[in-house]
Amino acid sequence: MSRISKAERQLQLQREELGDHLYANRVRVYPKTVHGPVRRFKWTVLVFCLAVYYLLPWLRWHRGANQPDQAVLLSLWHERFYFFNLEFWPQDIYYLTGLLIMAAVTLFLVTSLIGRVWCGYTCPQTVWTDLFMWVERQIEGDRNERMKRDAEPLSFDMVWRKVLKHAVWLGIAFWTGGAWIMYYVDAPTVTVEFWTATASKEVYFFTLLFTATTYLLAGWAREQVCTYMCPWPRFQSAMLDEQTVTVTYQGWRGEPRTRGKRHEDVPAGDCVDCGACVTACPTGIDIRDGIQLECINCGLCIDACNHVMEKTGRPQWLITWDTLADQAAKAQGRQTTLRLLRPRTLIYVSALLLAAVVMTVALLTRSSIDLSVLHDRAPLFVRLPDGDLRNGYTVKIVNKTQQMALFELRTEGLNAASLAEPDEGLGPADRLGLMVKADSIGTFRVTAAGQPNRLVGGSQPIDFILRNTETAEQTVYRSQFMGPR
Amino acid sequence: MPTKVEKDVVTGTNTTGHEWDGLKELNTPLPKWWLYVLYATIAWAAVWFVLYPSVPGITGYFPGILGYSQRAAVNTEVRAIEAQRAGTMDKIKALSFTEIRKDPQLMAAAEVAGRIAFANNCQPCHGAGGGGQPGYPALAAGGWIWGGSLDAIEQTIAYGIRSGDDKARDSQMLRFGVDGILKPDEIQKVADYVMTMYGKPTDRDVSAGRKLYADNCAVCHGEAGQGDREKGAPRLASHVHLHDDSRDAVVAQISAPRMGVMPAWHTRLDEATIKSLALYVHSLGGGE
Repeated sequence: MSRISKAERQLQLQREELGDHLYANRVRVYPKTVHGPVRRFKWTVLVFCLAVYYLLPWLRWHRGANQPDQAVLLSLWHERFYFFNLEFWPQDIYYLTGLLIMAAVTLFLVTSLIGRVWCGYTCPQTVWTDLFMWVERQIEGDRNERMKRDAEPLSFDMVWRKVLKHAVWLGIAFWTGGAWIMYYVDAPTVTVEFWTATASKEVYFFTLLFTATTYLLAGWAREQVCTYMCPWPRFQSAMLDEQTVTVTYQGWRGEPRTRGKRHEDVPAGDCVDCGACVTACPTGIDIRDGIQLECINCGLCIDACNHVMEKTGRPQWLITWDTLADQAAKAQGRQTTLRLLRPRTLIYVSALLLAAVVMTVALLTRSSIDLSVLHDRAPLFVRLPDGDLRNGYTVKIVNKTQQMALFELRTEGLNAASLAEPDEGLGPADRLGLMVKADSIGTFRVTAAGQPNRLVGGSQPIDFILRNTETAEQTVYRSQFMGPR
Repeated sequence: MPTKVEKDVVTGTNTTGHEWDGLKELNTPLPKWWLYVLYATIAWAAVWFVLYPSVPGITGYFPGILGYSQRAAVNTEVRAIEAQRAGTMDKIKALSFTEIRKDPQLMAAAEVAGRIAFANNCQPCHGAGGGGQPGYPALAAGGWIWGGSLDAIEQTIAYGIRSGDDKARDSQMLRFGVDGILKPDEIQKVADYVMTMYGKPTDRDVSAGRKLYADNCAVCHGEAGQGDREKGAPRLASHVHLHDDSRDAVVAQISAPRMGVMPAWHTRLDEATIKSLALYVHSLGGGE
């Protein structure tokens, strides 16, 4: 047993007396079904996101013989990323950097404008949790029914519902994990391979892994992910300000909350304190406490409250989308206008535009030829019997075209230069013809011999000029020619 | 240090009762499942301790009940790779150089095997990439003393030079100075003449040197200093120098020649490796 000091034991007793503990039990959230425009919008986004996720791998895109015909394919095995008519090589990874920068800045911009809508509508955690909750409701019923059944002792009715629920969850999770794999290998092929037990170990491993994570995160962890695991809520406060539109309880209208009968002489707000907003909340919070870490800005409480307002004959939108500044003004009976253009948003927009322009230009001017020349590390140079100096290089030629091509390599900057490719027995000659297969990298060991005439500190620049003889595309790589100091 | 739990006025939350220099800690409890995850990792570690090598001792260590060892794992992998390579190396051994060079895959394998064998065995003397150093020929340059064809290179690697092996290449340059064949001033004159052959002419008259060269040296090194590979006589009309191109070095070499030794490698390396080495050395740039 652990030994703790007397004083510490005293503290523990004191905490228990106050109902305080160092570790908290999980409070189960039973969100109640809501109907209304926000819910309809959230369903629409959910269906759209899931449709894209599940169906995109099945979209075909013809690229020619011996090329994958999947529209979106991250082929790690072949080191290519296909995105519709674009093809990326591993060395194009900086496009991914650009894309991530744009995604991050877009997130900042959207958050500073309309709050955490990413969290509320499009985050996979939200989308799958929502889907799993829908399944749960279909099988186990709505909030009250579920709470009642969970409080009862085990019964056959309870067990079959739970078993069915988890079975359906696992089914969806499996479909999700399987769809994930299809972004990395050809979808129809891997589907057949998967069920005939001929797929690779990786395919099975990652399918099971993502099945497990989907099931655990969307079925069991849910709001715990948002509140305790996700870093995003922690730094959202840096992006929100008084001008950000968020899900807001209009306290000036609602307070003081009044249940039941109202009296002429007692001031009463529109809030009837029915708790509909709390029971509708998928993270189990009370929106009337204001902006808080747990709020994912989904707005389901708006629908719940509107419903009650309508029934009690009060104006709707007691909970609404609004800014802190507007709320402060309204509380004093003033009106404000929405300020979308703020230094913060302008900076985000310009950063976004800049990244977009740089990316687009880079993408449009991307060449299908690439050259890199590595000087041998040892020996730096050798003197040949005829007195010339010779340097060795490793030349890598990237042929991004779909045709095998003959590349012509020559140099500039060295007197009486002659190139040779000893492995293939080419040269010495003033230019070399090197064949590179379609869609691949050719590696050649090339030597350049000549009489350096402007060595500084033992080296002088030498330009390797490469031309694709089929497309006439050309590129230059500056390397160094070494000699005695 | 523990004091007492109190309510914080600003947040309305209780403190944990811990206070350090007046700083009090608010009690914002961690979810219990988080604690259980920590326990699960501890349990995982305990299982790991039993299964895998863990506790060090004085003379050994507890090897774990799975008996796993990284060294054994590496050995297994190395043996697997050797088995995988065996077919390729057998092919390299059986086929001729011409046949190997026609097969790009075999060629690539030989090149890698050769490069590694070169780094392990040849590099200390001949330098990385065959750059050479004084007394040790620059293999990449191509100033071959005994020949630069694949067969000639293979022969040199297998049996060496002056190695004592029966099939070793052997040659002996006369000790013109030490044995008194040429007088000191004659050696100086020959040196002057030899230097003109590789583009380092002197102001002095070299006619006497030319005569002395023709009488004493041309029989091996050739009239024009072109060398003789049959005799292992280096080409003198060349910018590739085994030792140095200074006058002192030439004089020293004529007076008391230094003749290097290369060991025979057929006793240490297998035939396929020697062939791979020959292919690699040949590809360094000097191959003929």
